[in-house]
Amino acid sequence: MNTLNRHHTPALALVVALVLAGCASGVKLDETPPVETRTPGAGSGAGAAGSGTSQSGVAAVDLTGKTDASAVGKIVYFDFDSFVVKDEYRGIVEGHAKMLAANRSKRVVIEGHADERGGREYNLALGQKRAEAVGRSLALLGVQDSQLESVSYGEERPAVTGSDEAAWAKNRRAELRDR
Amino acid sequence: MNSSQNLRPVLPLRRRSLIAWPLAAVASPALAQFRVEISGVGATQLPIAALKFRDEEKAPQPVGAIVRADLERSGLFRNVDGSGTVVDETSQPSMPEWRGRNADALVAGSVSRLADGRFDVRYRLWDVVKGADLGGQSYAVPAADLRLAAHRIADAVYERLTGEKGVFSTRIAYVTKGGGRHTLWVTDADGEGGQSALVSPEPIISPAWSPDGRELAYVSFEKRKAVVYVQDVGSGKRRTIADFRGSNSAPAWSPDGSQMALTLSREGGSQLYLMSRDGSNVRRFTQSGAIDTEATWSPDGKHIYFVSDRGGGPQIYRQAVSGGGAERITFGGSYNISPAVSPDGRLLAYISRDGGAFRLQVVELAGGTPRTLGNTADDESPSFAPNSRLIIYATRDGGRDVLMTTTADGRIKARLVATQADVREPVWGPFGR
Repeated sequence: MNTLNRHHTPALALVVALVLAGCASGVKLDETPPVETRTPGAGSGAGAAGSGTSQSGVAAVDLTGKTDASAVGKIVYFDFDSFVVKDEYRGIVEGHAKMLAANRSKRVVIEGHADERGGREYNLALGQKRAEAVGRSLALLGVQDSQLESVSYGEERPAVTGSDEAAWAKNRRAELRDR
Repeated sequence: MNSSQNLRPVLPLRRRSLIAWPLAAVASPALAQFRVEISGVGATQLPIAALKFRDEEKAPQPVGAIVRADLERSGLFRNVDGSGTVVDETSQPSMPEWRGRNADALVAGSVSRLADGRFDVRYRLWDVVKGADLGGQSYAVPAADLRLAAHRIADAVYERLTGEKGVFSTRIAYVTKGGGRHTLWVTDADGEGGQSALVSPEPIISPAWSPDGRELAYVSFEKRKAVVYVQDVGSGKRRTIADFRGSNSAPAWSPDGSQMALTLSREGGSQLYLMSRDGSNVRRFTQSGAIDTEATWSPDGKHIYFVSDRGGGPQIYRQAVSGGGAERITFGGSYNISPAVSPDGRLLAYISRDGGAFRLQVVELAGGTPRTLGNTADDESPSFAPNSRLIIYATRDGGRDVLMTTTADGRIKARLVATQADVREPVWGPFGR
């Protein structure tokens, strides 16, 4: 926010401004009712007369319509409270490693996820841990660090909704996406 | 209260909110986005008649009804029926009559339209027991600030009668998810007057108010990874604070607003870093091989409380900003997260897992036994009101996410029931809008 604006005083014939913040709020009843004489257009935007300078305005930022619909990548699932890449997913890891080792300009993003139980930020960190576990497996197979980025969605993007172990098991995962 | 006229520069108009304010009549409770349900009875409730303001129905917001609801939600007041009488701030009400109605205090006022299109909102407060006129104030506000004027009146009444600073004119921010969209909302502390600050097809988590209440930091997944942004609430201008390799999350402002703590994975794992508010001067704060996250500053700016699982499971630790090791704070149970320190520095609120349930706890930092505040089982994300008296948190009720406020002693709870999508991640804004 441009703090300089706070100190611009519009050209007013009569300046009686109300402080609606801090300890001095409003004007005592015994005093003359405050009326603001405004130079038209002074400092105001497109609001109608009387919209004035609100302290309640919130500007909306709309990001919808910027969806990036990527296909789902290969998925590695994890046991509860575990960050070990199980043997049954060796094939997926090795397949990616081969592809990336053969082409140093190719990159992959590993997206880690957690099931819904527990706090959001802690689950974000758990997802990160899963993504990095897969990243380490790839690195051990010769993939360069610069070809990998490990990120996490925590519990924010479940593959399956539900509050039972079947759903949770499908959400404890890391997805490999080609960049 | 200030007796002299305060001359203060008028703020230039920022981009107007995109929400159209209702032009007609009274907003009935059925139209309210949030219905307020209160449970628990305080030790003492002051009976107060907070009357309909004269001509409030001619203005876009029912000022008297907002004052009445605010006072009731605090749990410290019980509303006395005042219907059938016309009183405004110029009246000389009969104290015996109001004593007869069992009111200890009386608030009345009026709303008038000014020549320049703004509204003049006036009130007066009487101590019915003593038969004393406690004075009043007038506020000249644009239509968009009518709710704020009502909340300021409720604050003034609350402070005059309880001796404590009210939080009715503060704001909260929270996130909703529904219909494939995630929305970051800013509302009054009563959950009304909601305006969206950000709408996104991707998740938004961890909003955090700047200490001056002008900005919100948050994590957005719009780039398909966790990135921390800071957004000016009034203008909508955004800046990227942290978009390092990997995930960037859990932003926390220092009390003086000059620094931020956050969780970065740029060197592997999830570790705490400090940076200046503009994203520069990044320096590492924790060095553990574990997960360190959810930083929050002590009100004196000297310590950072955070969650770490360096001991096996997540627990709350504290580390001095000036350097040194981390000191463990929570010991009960195997899973303690989401620390929040009260602005007066006395209390720590957090979430503790007990069996399969996640429950809101409060403990005195000077030493004491933690106490469970909730009777719900899926509590998340506690945040203190700036007067340290109330905590807002998210929980689940009837299959959906809802927001609750509780007094810090746990006795009085108010449920802000969302009638729309699931709500989560509430954060209480500071004083001084």
